[in-house]
Amino acid sequence: MSTGSKPFPAYLQIEKVSLAYNGQPVLREISFTIPHGARVAVVGPNGAGKSTLFKALVGLLPVRAGQIFLHGQPLGRHKQCVAYIPQREQVDWNFPVTVYDVVMMGRYGHLGWLRRPRPIDRAMVARCLGQMQIADLARAPIGELSGGQQQRVFLARALAQEPHILLMDEPFTGVDVATQQTALELLTHLQSQEVTVLVSTHDLNLAATRFERVLLLNRRVIAFGDAAHVFTPEHITQAFGTRTLMLDGKAGIVVDECCPPE
Amino acid sequence: MDWILTPLTYEFMQRGLLASLMVGVICAVVGCYVVLRSMAFMGDALAHAILPGVAIAYLLKGDMLIGALVAAILVALGIGFLSRQGTIKEDTAIGILFAGALALGVALISTIKTYALDLTHILFGNVLGVSVSDLWLTAILGLIVLTTIVLLYKEFLVISFDPVLAATLRLPTELLRNILLILLALTIVVSLQTVGIGLVAAMLVTPGATAFLLTRRLPTMMVIAALIGAFSSIAGLYASFYINVASGAVVVLIATAIFLLAFLFAPTRGIVWRARREHKEVIDLAQT
Repeated sequence: MSTGSKPFPAYLQIEKVSLAYNGQPVLREISFTIPHGARVAVVGPNGAGKSTLFKALVGLLPVRAGQIFLHGQPLGRHKQCVAYIPQREQVDWNFPVTVYDVVMMGRYGHLGWLRRPRPIDRAMVARCLGQMQIADLARAPIGELSGGQQQRVFLARALAQEPHILLMDEPFTGVDVATQQTALELLTHLQSQEVTVLVSTHDLNLAATRFERVLLLNRRVIAFGDAAHVFTPEHITQAFGTRTLMLDGKAGIVVDECCPPE
Repeated sequence: MDWILTPLTYEFMQRGLLASLMVGVICAVVGCYVVLRSMAFMGDALAHAILPGVAIAYLLKGDMLIGALVAAILVALGIGFLSRQGTIKEDTAIGILFAGALALGVALISTIKTYALDLTHILFGNVLGVSVSDLWLTAILGLIVLTTIVLLYKEFLVISFDPVLAATLRLPTELLRNILLILLALTIVVSLQTVGIGLVAAMLVTPGATAFLLTRRLPTMMVIAALIGAFSSIAGLYASFYINVASGAVVVLIATAIFLLAFLFAPTRGIVWRARREHKEVIDLAQT
C-alpha cells in the first residue's frame, strides 16, 4: 500500500448514526467499531439498511445524526480512503469506456484535478488487471464482457484505488463460481494489506464461513461479532421475522430472497 | 475542382464555411456528453430559452450574442434550481422554463414594430451573414469550451459514468454539472448564427449519437463526432450554395443521413450486422 504513515487509531467507528433515504428514516442510532483489516459480512433482510449504510460511508448520503470516524477523524477527511464496488445493475454497460479506462478511474483520487495518469498509475492499473486475471481484456469495451468479467473489472478498480476501506454490494450474486473464488481470494489478499472490507450479502453460509465478523442489520444493529455469536435463533428471528422457520426451537431456516428491484 | 473553389471566391462564403466548421466541431464534441448523459431535451430547451435574451439585447441595443448567453446560463441554472428541490422532476422543470422563456421571447419580439430583428434568422440561422467579429467570438468561445472539456476530461467522465465513484472521490458533482451546463449554453449561443435555435439540438445530438454507434471509447467518440459535425456543416453549406436551400436545414439533413447509415450498417451495433449475427446463430443452433 502506498500509505506508509497511516494515522492511528486504525479503525472505522460508527457512533449513534441515523440515516434516512428519500426522507424515510432507515437506520436509527446504530453504533459499532470495526478494527482495521477486519472482514465483515453485512447481512439482513431487504430494506434492512445495508445499501443505505454503504451509501453513507461512501458520502452519497448525509449523516443525519451521529458521527462516522475513520482513523479517528470524521469521514471525508481523506478522500481516497473508501472504495465502493457497485452492484452490476447500477452500471451503464453501454458507456463508451474500455476495461483499462474503468480501472484507471481508480487512480483518479490519487491524481487530483487536471493531472494526467503518470507511469506509476499505468503500472498500478496493469498490476491490478493482472491480479484479477483480465489483463488480456484491457482494451475490450465493458459492454462486451461476461458477468464474471464485469465483476472482475470493478474488483480491479477497487484494488487500484488502494483503499483503506472497501465496500462491496452483493458481489457474490449472479457471478460464476470462478469469479466468486477470485473475489474471496481478493478478500484474503486485502486482509494481508490491512484493508477493512465490508461485504453485503444474502448468502448467510458464506457470511458464516468466510468472514470473521458478521453485522446483522434490520433498521438497527441486531448483532455484531463472530458468526457463532451473531447467528443465534433469537437474532435471526429478530432480523428476518416471519421469514424464519424454527426447528426444535434451535436451528432456523431463513428464506432470504435476493435483490428485488428497489 | 472548380465547384469546390468557386464558392470560396465570395467572402461571405469563406466566413460562412469557417463559422460552420467551428460550430460543427464544437457542437459535436459537447454533444457526446449530451448523448451520454441524456441531456438532449435540456439542449433543445436551452436553445429556445435564449430567444428572450436576444430580444432584450436588441431592445437595449446591446450585443445579441451576449444577451443570448446570459439567458441560456440563467435558464440552465434555473432548471437545476427547480429540480434540485426534489419537488418536481428535471424534465418537468425543463418543460416549464423552456415554454415560458420561448413565450417571453415571442412576446418581446412581437412588440418590436420595425421587424429589423428577423425571427427566421434566429430560428434557423443566417450563416451567410456572419461578420468577422462574429467569427472571432465563435473562435474564442469555442476554444474555451474545448479547452474545458480537455482539462476536465477525468472529472466529466467520472460524473457521467459513475456518480457513486464521483461521490467517493468527493468531487464537487453539482459544480461540475453546472460547468457542463454552461458549456452547453456557450455552444448553443455559438450555433445561433449557423443552424439557429430550431435546429441546434440536431447538431448537438446527431453526430454524437452516430459516433456512439461506431466506437467504444469516449475520446474516439469525440473525434468521430467532430469529423461528422465538420463534414455535415461544410457539405451542407456547399449544397445550399448550389441548390439554393436553407443552409442550416441541409446541414442537419446530411448529419441525419449519416446517422441513418451508421444505424443500419455500423459494425457490431448496426441493425443489419446484428440481424445477420442473429440469423447466423439460429443457423448454427439448427445445425448442432
